[in-house]
Amino acid sequence: MIRGKTAIVTGGSRGIGRAIVEKLASQGANVAVIYAGSQDLAQQVCTQCAQQYGSELKAYQCDVSDYEAVRQTVAQIRKEFGTVHILVNNAGITRDGLIAVMPREDLDAVIDTNLKGAFHMIRHCTGLFLRNREGCIVNIASVSGLMGNGGQCNYAASKAGLIGLTKSVARELASKGVRCNAIAPGFIETDMTRSQQENPLLTSIPLGRMGKPEEVADAVAFLVSADYITGEVLRVDGGIAM
Amino acid sequence: MYFEAIAKIVAERTGCEIANIQPESKFSELGIDSLDTVELLMNLEDEIGIEIELDQKVETIGDLDRLIQSKKG
Repeated sequence: MIRGKTAIVTGGSRGIGRAIVEKLASQGANVAVIYAGSQDLAQQVCTQCAQQYGSELKAYQCDVSDYEAVRQTVAQIRKEFGTVHILVNNAGITRDGLIAVMPREDLDAVIDTNLKGAFHMIRHCTGLFLRNREGCIVNIASVSGLMGNGGQCNYAASKAGLIGLTKSVARELASKGVRCNAIAPGFIETDMTRSQQENPLLTSIPLGRMGKPEEVADAVAFLVSADYITGEVLRVDGGIAM
Repeated sequence: MYFEAIAKIVAERTGCEIANIQPESKFSELGIDSLDTVELLMNLEDEIGIEIELDQKVETIGDLDRLIQSKKG
């Protein structure tokens, strides 16, 4: 189901995105890895997966918050891979702070990348999905978008928005064979959660530990193969948001 | 004029007789909803070999024909 398909993974050079790239490549997908700044890391994951799994991988630098840049990048990917079957919107940033003192730039930056970035990617990939009469979108949201998180109003709002986007796209495109789901990771061991080490919520994870990027990647692979699931938000959070 | 190309794809898609499709035929009357119209456009792009941005409302076969002509022009 994944073998031979072409996937785009945004934010694919590090953290959860990198684990998703490795997982999809290990199952035989060809992967276009979109990265914002870490060219060396993106190149490295492509080379490593190509050698290890024999898949075709290529890194593309693109700021997903830029509508026009996304259009051009998707067109380039189409030219080089032929089409796209799987889109994983993983690119995300945090600019944590208290809402009472949060500069508007921190709100805009987070919404622009996390929410608009996913919108832009879906906007420009949907034509390809409609042509193929198949497509699978997985948006990486967050438990912050489900239960809120003090100090992360901007991030939580962007992720809650992403869940609304997921369900709307799922409804809009279901009749065309296009599925759209979200994953809501909890606290996953990445660079991004370093700032959360003091979060009291960490002690209330029922499974008693942080998650691993590979555990989120496993859920992505599951949703990509789950033909009868659309509009779902799958928590991968050790039970924290149940 | 892309009327024939459009009519051919619409006929294939809906199973209606190509002779019954006129420039003034509305997509909705042919059983084609707005998302189907977008999909139709994607197929036409491949057939005609141009990229068309659907940035305005098209109600009839003739509307779509004119839109493509204006983009190609």
